[in-house]
Amino acid sequence: MKQATKKSLFSRILPWICGLILLSAITIGCSATGPTHISTSDISTTAILSTDKPITPTPGLDFSTTRLSNNGWFRVSYASSENIVPVNKMHQWTLHLETADGELIENATITVDGDMPEHGHGLPTRPQVTEYLGNGDYLVEGMKFQMGGWWVMDFTITANNRTDAVHFNMKLN
Amino acid sequence: MRAKDIFSGLLVLFGIGLLITACSAFGQATWSDEEVAKLRSLWIGSLPPLPVDPSNQYADDSGAAAFGQKLFFDTRFSSNGKVACATCHMPEKLFQDGTPLAHGVGTTDRRTMTIIGTAYSPWFFWDGRKDSQWAQALGPMESPVEHGSNRTYYAHIIDQYYRAEYESIFGDMPEVSHLPLLRGSVQSAEVRAAREAMSTEDQENVTWIYVNMGKSIAAYERHLIPGESRFDQYVEAILNNDNQTAKTILTSHEIAGLRLFIGKANCTNCHNGPLFTNNDFHNTGVPTAEGQPDDIGRAGGTQKVLADEFNCLSMYSDAEPDDCAELRYMVTDGHQLERQFKPPSLRNVAERGPYMHAGQFATLEEVLKHYNTAPPAPAGHSELETLNLTEEQIAQIIDFLKTLDSPINTDAQWLIKP
Repeated sequence: MKQATKKSLFSRILPWICGLILLSAITIGCSATGPTHISTSDISTTAILSTDKPITPTPGLDFSTTRLSNNGWFRVSYASSENIVPVNKMHQWTLHLETADGELIENATITVDGDMPEHGHGLPTRPQVTEYLGNGDYLVEGMKFQMGGWWVMDFTITANNRTDAVHFNMKLN
Repeated sequence: MRAKDIFSGLLVLFGIGLLITACSAFGQATWSDEEVAKLRSLWIGSLPPLPVDPSNQYADDSGAAAFGQKLFFDTRFSSNGKVACATCHMPEKLFQDGTPLAHGVGTTDRRTMTIIGTAYSPWFFWDGRKDSQWAQALGPMESPVEHGSNRTYYAHIIDQYYRAEYESIFGDMPEVSHLPLLRGSVQSAEVRAAREAMSTEDQENVTWIYVNMGKSIAAYERHLIPGESRFDQYVEAILNNDNQTAKTILTSHEIAGLRLFIGKANCTNCHNGPLFTNNDFHNTGVPTAEGQPDDIGRAGGTQKVLADEFNCLSMYSDAEPDDCAELRYMVTDGHQLERQFKPPSLRNVAERGPYMHAGQFATLEEVLKHYNTAPPAPAGHSELETLNLTEEQIAQIIDFLKTLDSPINTDAQWLIKP
């Protein structure tokens, strides 16, 4: 009798078990055919050099617009002349420079470079710092990006007898 | 009991069936927020108003546009009296000519590019050797294989047939009737010697007339803007959350192609924005055209535009130096420029074969197969990576590209010889 009840229970839930397995399989398959979202906070890299081979980003990438330079000597922030950094449009940036202690830097020389680590190519332009605007702000002219994706902007700064570089990661749409 | 079990099983199977149907619809027509943003960026509704051209003070002058249209279609501006801008930029063929190489008084070494939508571009020609529409228009006029004549001869034609109209736009036209009337190429020894014998003032007067011709043609060309395609109607429906209408505009095959276009196939790396071009320069490993010399592309274009007598910073440009950021901050050297070419707009692309800078590929199938296999570049470094698209996926992308066909968004008066 006990055995018969067990059998009956099993035969009753069997279709549901099969159904659930099938449902799970289909849901997984379905989400694979649907659009996938990759959050920008999921990608990261420490290698930001231009290269011929694509670099696959690894988790933890910092997209802040204010960053400390590599050796911690300068705190640098950027602001674009456009609300959102645009694709295919010439625009300007303002670079704000301070020491790590918050002192304005007014006598810096700065070089600009940028590239797409995943694509192995650089900017379509050669931007330059053209003017010191006061208050630690420097005008960067000739900024342009020719496609969306992960970009890295590099600024090499010489001030107070020190040279240091800062990298900004950006995700453009 | 057994019947109930069977019923339960059938119910589950029915549910699965429903889910598969929903899943299939989801896979075909649902777009993520990121994808919708990309669709919006490609949509014709995202095309900004016509940008000002600071280098051409006549760019939006209606008289100059009407005058430019006459010049565009006038075959008298050529060494054999048979070649006009419209000879290669044919209105009935979307302002291109449908042949691998252009044929003027001779044959060029590159494909004719369309003029539609070029008012939005900072660079002109496949190698970007010109930086304004008016400077571009003047290039073929003195090319020995295109119009084949010279600016002094053209000044005579303006003097003879267009003096009153010219003066109504540009003011008094200088006297040119005493200047040598030679029809030959600017590169011929006879024409060069005649020009050198002219006074500096006469030479400058002739060049200013020539410049004003270019600025008028550019004012005309600014009227040639792409119109709405089926793709644009589809995106508009998606942006309005009107999926029912969207489904009636594009087929599932075309939508699958669109999904590949903005995704796996990487097309929007270069063909982005509402004109489906970033107007930049790329080496995509396109093979050398048979019988043609090696073409270094942008590596040569940068040097030519820097030296161009009509560039944005020239005395003939109406722009201030601050207006010339594209030229001033241009990348002028480096290995990356080698064999780079400008990606053309993909609007109406299915109607505009053959493809690439010298018409190397006759069909879109050949183009897609090239991108799919990503062969090494003949010179420089190709930016392509192998895509591993199936034959079906290639067909889907091509079907999507055909949805970009559209009429020119302009008054009919601009599409005919005046």
